Amino acid sequence: MNDLLNNYAHVAGEDVIQHLQQLAAPLEGIRVVHVNSTRIGGGVAEILNKMVPLMSSLGLDVQWEVISGEAEFYQCTKSFHNALQGMPVEVSMPLRKAYEATNEQTAEKHRQLLTEADVVIVHDPQPAALLKFLPGRKGKWIWRCHIDVSRPYRPVWRYLKDFVSGYDGSVFSLVDFTQVLPHPQYLIPPSIDPLSEKNTDLAVGKVRAVLQEFGIDPRRPLIVQVSRFDRFKDPVGVIRAYRLTKRFIPQLQLVLAGGGATDDPEGDAVLNEVREAAGDDPDIHVLLLPADAHVTINALQRAADIVLQKSIREGFGLTVSEAMWKGKPVIGGDTGGIRLQVSNHHTGFLVSTPEGAALRIQYLLRNREKLTQMGEKARNFVRDNFLLTRQVREYLTIILGMLRGTGERMEIS
Amino acid sequence: MVKSGDRPPAFRVQDCALAALATGKRAQNLRELRELLRDIHPGCIYYHFWGVLLRPRFDNPEYLNDFAEWARHGLHDHVLAERLAVIHPAEFPDMEGLRTVLIEEIENRLDETDSTPWAKPDREFHFIRTHIAVFDTHRRIENPPELASVVPQMSQGSVFYHFIDARRRTPKGVDDFQAWLAPFGETYADLVNRIRDIDPYFATLRDLREQLAGVMKQYFRGGKP
Repeated sequence: MNDLLNNYAHVAGEDVIQHLQQLAAPLEGIRVVHVNSTRIGGGVAEILNKMVPLMSSLGLDVQWEVISGEAEFYQCTKSFHNALQGMPVEVSMPLRKAYEATNEQTAEKHRQLLTEADVVIVHDPQPAALLKFLPGRKGKWIWRCHIDVSRPYRPVWRYLKDFVSGYDGSVFSLVDFTQVLPHPQYLIPPSIDPLSEKNTDLAVGKVRAVLQEFGIDPRRPLIVQVSRFDRFKDPVGVIRAYRLTKRFIPQLQLVLAGGGATDDPEGDAVLNEVREAAGDDPDIHVLLLPADAHVTINALQRAADIVLQKSIREGFGLTVSEAMWKGKPVIGGDTGGIRLQVSNHHTGFLVSTPEGAALRIQYLLRNREKLTQMGEKARNFVRDNFLLTRQVREYLTIILGMLRGTGERMEIS
Repeated sequence: MVKSGDRPPAFRVQDCALAALATGKRAQNLRELRELLRDIHPGCIYYHFWGVLLRPRFDNPEYLNDFAEWARHGLHDHVLAERLAVIHPAEFPDMEGLRTVLIEEIENRLDETDSTPWAKPDREFHFIRTHIAVFDTHRRIENPPELASVVPQMSQGSVFYHFIDARRRTPKGVDDFQAWLAPFGETYADLVNRIRDIDPYFATLRDLREQLAGVMKQYFRGGKP
């Protein structure tokens, strides 16, 4: 077992890694290419940075390429992104032409690699049109959609559907996110990487240093929500839940931590609403953190007694698994992928209102034993279900199915 | 008793992994669910009863199958949820029997109620099915007493394959352990009975492995052959 596999075995369990090795054995040496639109920033790049080395260490020949273009290309793909999530956005003909031209150029640039690969996994809409320009491709092509396309703006979806229909299969994070397509649609929930800066163990001193930096008292109870300043994450509702609780637990502190809002026109407005709602309460800490503040986020989640993700609407909400991996019970909104991660009354609570959140916060802070038990269960739950190793296992299973093509049951000798 | 020449072949420890697939079929109310159930692929029924064992879930979930869970949390019909929850899939030799009883329970409920219960748009019932990849761990058990040391080391995938999936593969619809021990006749009859007593449905795979390991250990430590 190489060093990387050893590291994963240390956190996920040796049996999990042995399982992966056995599953990967018949795939040894096959050429897999991932294609997305960026190497840095965003959830897809984050996961590929970890998944590509892990798949390689299991014996597959894995490469990662990116598509890049001019401003019009990005303008077009940003519109796709919004439209696929339901926003009525018209995408003009010149933008569509820029999109197709960029895909054609990228196809030309990587023609040999992409046509000879055994498996090509294309992430999200940006490179989805590549397939159209590679008619002589040899391998199986998978479209991996990380976006919730359950209620897309139809004209844009119809345009993109023409490109993705030709794939051999697609992968969605949740069944609720799927659309009807003429090929198998696999379901793979996302995962967290236990070895990343955001999730790896931290020394107590480091956690204390972060608390000190923001003037948070380590001796008093702390609740934390980590997410963008977005109305769907209901940060103002979190403040209301905090206030309702504070009447009974006056020592309570709240941290609302989120990344910058440079690409989100509404972000500043929401941040202002949050600051206004927080008022001059010295125990509410509204932290606008840089995108690379992984260690700070890690420390805040570890310092919390309870983590909240009180979203009103949510895609998957991986911050829930991040917190659970740190042994914290999570009080989450009863929506989207949070339902899959928070097992109500076991690893936390699902709530629909600030009042519901306040009730559960009080309950847990007054029942420390229960809080600890839930935290332990939460960590085990993530270990079994939401680590990168599980996601890789499911990719390997799909790849085996596609290459062997033996239907519902594949006997691999 | 098995004569030396009639020994069953070694027990091949297999492992498996499941890939879930959306079918695109979804129900928003109870009538739609009933209609879809009439001709939905049997693999879907299998997945929504047995697949829960390989999915994120916690010990002692409120309801053990997806239909009951949806009746409770999608339709808010407690009565139907309880009736569907009590259906034990191990009692049915194939998915067709299970399909029939599901449809009967739903029809009974529709007859009892004045209106058709609906789910909110984000609480539709989505039919899912699976592909299963089965692979050899290259571990072999030549003699039954080895079960006591091998079973505790099995992955959850192996437990699923040998204890759950086996029920739709073996001629008598039993798990692989019982099927393998059967040719030994009376020698391991007591062990077979103890394995049969383990309920495959009311535990997580981790718990099932512990229960199986406990039975094997107790049996062989108890001085039986």
